[in-house]
Amino acid sequence: MSDAGPGVHGVLALGVEISGARKSFGTVTALDGADLWVEAGTLTAVLGPSGCGKTTLLRAVAGFERLDEGSVSVGGRVMAGPGVHVPPERRRVGIVPQEQALFPHLSVAANVGFGLPRGPERAARVEAMLELAGLAGLGGRMPHELSGGQQQRVALARALAPAPSVVLLDEPFANLDAALRVTIRTEVRRILRASGATAMFVTHDQEEALSTADTVAVMRAGRVVQAGTPDEVYRNPADLWVASFVGDANVLPGELVGEGKVACALGVLECRGETGAGPAVRVVVRPEQLRLTPSPVAGAVLHDRQYFGHDALARVTLPDGTDLVARGTAAALPPDRAHVSVGCEGEVIAFGA
Amino acid sequence: MAGAAVAVAALLPVVYLLVRAGEGGWTAVSDTLLTERTGRLLARSLGLATAVTGASAVIGVALAWLTVRCDLPGRRLWRVVAALPLAVPSYVGAFAYVSVFPWLTGFRGAFAALTLLSYPYVFLPVAASLERIDPSFEEVSRSLGNNAAATFRTVTLPQLRPAIATGGLLVFLYCLSDFGAVSILRFDSFTRVIYQSYQSSFDRTPAAVLGCLLLAVTLVVVSAEARTRGRARYYASGPGANRPPRVTRLGRARWWALLVPVTVAVLALGVPFANLVRWLVDSVQADVDLARVWRAAGGSLLASGLGALVTGAAAIPVALLAARHRSRLAAAVERSAYVGHALPGIVVALSLVFFSARYLTSLYQRLPVLVFAYLVLFLPLAVSAVYTSAVQASPALDEVARSLGKRPLAVLRTVTAPLLAPGVAAGTALVFLTCMKELPATLLLGPTGFETLATRVWSATAIGAYGDAAVPSVLLVVAAAVPTWLLSRRLGRQAAT
Repeated sequence: MSDAGPGVHGVLALGVEISGARKSFGTVTALDGADLWVEAGTLTAVLGPSGCGKTTLLRAVAGFERLDEGSVSVGGRVMAGPGVHVPPERRRVGIVPQEQALFPHLSVAANVGFGLPRGPERAARVEAMLELAGLAGLGGRMPHELSGGQQQRVALARALAPAPSVVLLDEPFANLDAALRVTIRTEVRRILRASGATAMFVTHDQEEALSTADTVAVMRAGRVVQAGTPDEVYRNPADLWVASFVGDANVLPGELVGEGKVACALGVLECRGETGAGPAVRVVVRPEQLRLTPSPVAGAVLHDRQYFGHDALARVTLPDGTDLVARGTAAALPPDRAHVSVGCEGEVIAFGA
Repeated sequence: MAGAAVAVAALLPVVYLLVRAGEGGWTAVSDTLLTERTGRLLARSLGLATAVTGASAVIGVALAWLTVRCDLPGRRLWRVVAALPLAVPSYVGAFAYVSVFPWLTGFRGAFAALTLLSYPYVFLPVAASLERIDPSFEEVSRSLGNNAAATFRTVTLPQLRPAIATGGLLVFLYCLSDFGAVSILRFDSFTRVIYQSYQSSFDRTPAAVLGCLLLAVTLVVVSAEARTRGRARYYASGPGANRPPRVTRLGRARWWALLVPVTVAVLALGVPFANLVRWLVDSVQADVDLARVWRAAGGSLLASGLGALVTGAAAIPVALLAARHRSRLAAAVERSAYVGHALPGIVVALSLVFFSARYLTSLYQRLPVLVFAYLVLFLPLAVSAVYTSAVQASPALDEVARSLGKRPLAVLRTVTAPLLAPGVAAGTALVFLTCMKELPATLLLGPTGFETLATRVWSATAIGAYGDAAVPSVLLVVAAAVPTWLLSRRLGRQAAT
């Protein structure tokens, strides 16, 4: 299901191409034939649970891990492949490690200028990068004198300064507290956009991947199981696992009853997905698709309502005992213990059982 | 590789001492080892170390509590003053005590001198951890109905246990390895007996055997402490608020409490200081050979300078090795700071005398052997200083530098070396100043006719020429104040973990 190769995207500028990447550490297989194609100038999130091999994939692109098999090209140039392993310093691949790793003995300006050749343009480039990163005037500071968010931006500016072919960010938002995370995410996206860089970042947070990236590559057990726009991945997940991992999902047993129709505990619904599979299927219903209407005679009961302000979550137990999660605006969601009738809006997704 | 090579070289004297002791065969060993005399020697040495450790713990904890947790008048000043006795070399202090109180010799003298000079090893970590203990533990205890005294006993003291154990171990090892004070106060502990046995007898096997025994004792002590430490970690300060500690109001009693730090300061600092002043006055009248003092200072600079440079350089690969392979090795580095205190200078010196007299005759009683002894004795000190910097130079920094286009050698030059530099400089300086006041190894291994400030003090006082000892003593105390300050900072940090 992974879309490897330009064929899927038509004619596009070459960013990063990874094909058949394999890497084992002793008995542990980190990459098991991963394929990924990253379009130049875009931001790709590599999303997966911990231990799925996403960090190893990034380190293989940077050149810190040697692949056992497979190949990596950056900007059309083969960096790793049979008999080829370009050392990290000759790849023009920038990295932003999880802990930022700012050089503690160098000022902010010297950190940003670290990868630039000596010469008259160096200072100007550093200034421009600081400006771009919203750090103008902070060049003389030492790294420990900056806030966490500022350090993050220095690390990014340092990686971008030599105009690399691609920038890799390892869990870039993991060490920031929740309040800061959203702001920094937007800021990092703005800086990457403005610099026109190709970038990949690793995350285990699906919300972060969906909201920040142009393309989301979902990894599981050393493979890229799906890559596409956030909307594609959310609306048309490649399989049941992706459907449950990316976003919340109610999974119900169902039966295909005609062209694009499925019968389940919620009645007969419009569906897409693996409609050619046998009659027995699994049906994925997103929590926001459920419509709950108070009705004293209905058999479903709402409980465990959680209020978030912008919206609310609740659990609904159907008369047959099926438990579902529903999401809606706080106003639209009936109160706790209300008897409700449950409807479903829009198409649901079916997968072969 | 380089790191492992340095570590092996540092172990050489210990190994050779074992070989040398065993050479005479089992009968020669047992003739020395299995005698009542040796048994009494063991009992005396351990008795002294135990008594000094106990007294130091009481003084150290009391001073720490008074200066950190009570409204003692001028408590910040007293905290600084309470750490200063560490700067007094034991032989300078011992001379001072015995010249003021001539009856204070033997066990009593050694006990008093060593306690007053080494209690800061307990005071510093305990004070640091008293400052860091989360006050909410004590607040919880009070809210559950315990009064202040019960809270101190059941809540505060258990949390201080790691700090007390750390400091107590240092005091214990200091007592076992001290040579200057016990020699001057004529208390026959291991170091003095080994030195006498080496000096007076043709057969040097007994000295080697006793050296091995002393080594074995220190190893047992260090490993026993390591075992209690495993359980003690449980008590290390928990997570939580960084609120300043509660200060106990002593009311009127605080003026009486002030007597404690004052008395300790008068005894531990006032007496040696007054005595140095008296010696200085004597020296003005006594027409001291100042040229000889400057020669001795030159000797100190040369030997200590070489020792520091070699040790500082050797520490780099060991510290890098430890920093890059965390866990086990890192723990070993942390512990090796203790082993540095544990390895008695006299034992290392003795082993190198034997070794060079037999295998390196061209170097026997030459400077390189002394420099090597400094390396063995103070490598752990240097490594722990470099280690702090080496941890900063994390592999992630190397990777970033390479991704920015630097080749491995350029990474070494622009990232690793600048990051290590402060640690290497600090370690080298610390070793330099510690070498300055080292006595037994310098005494045994120094070339004939070669004098340092330490040996000058020693030989002048040995013949009662106190005026001659004054200027070198003052120079030594001033030089020792710097490593004291650095050590006090390090002990403070250790207690934090």
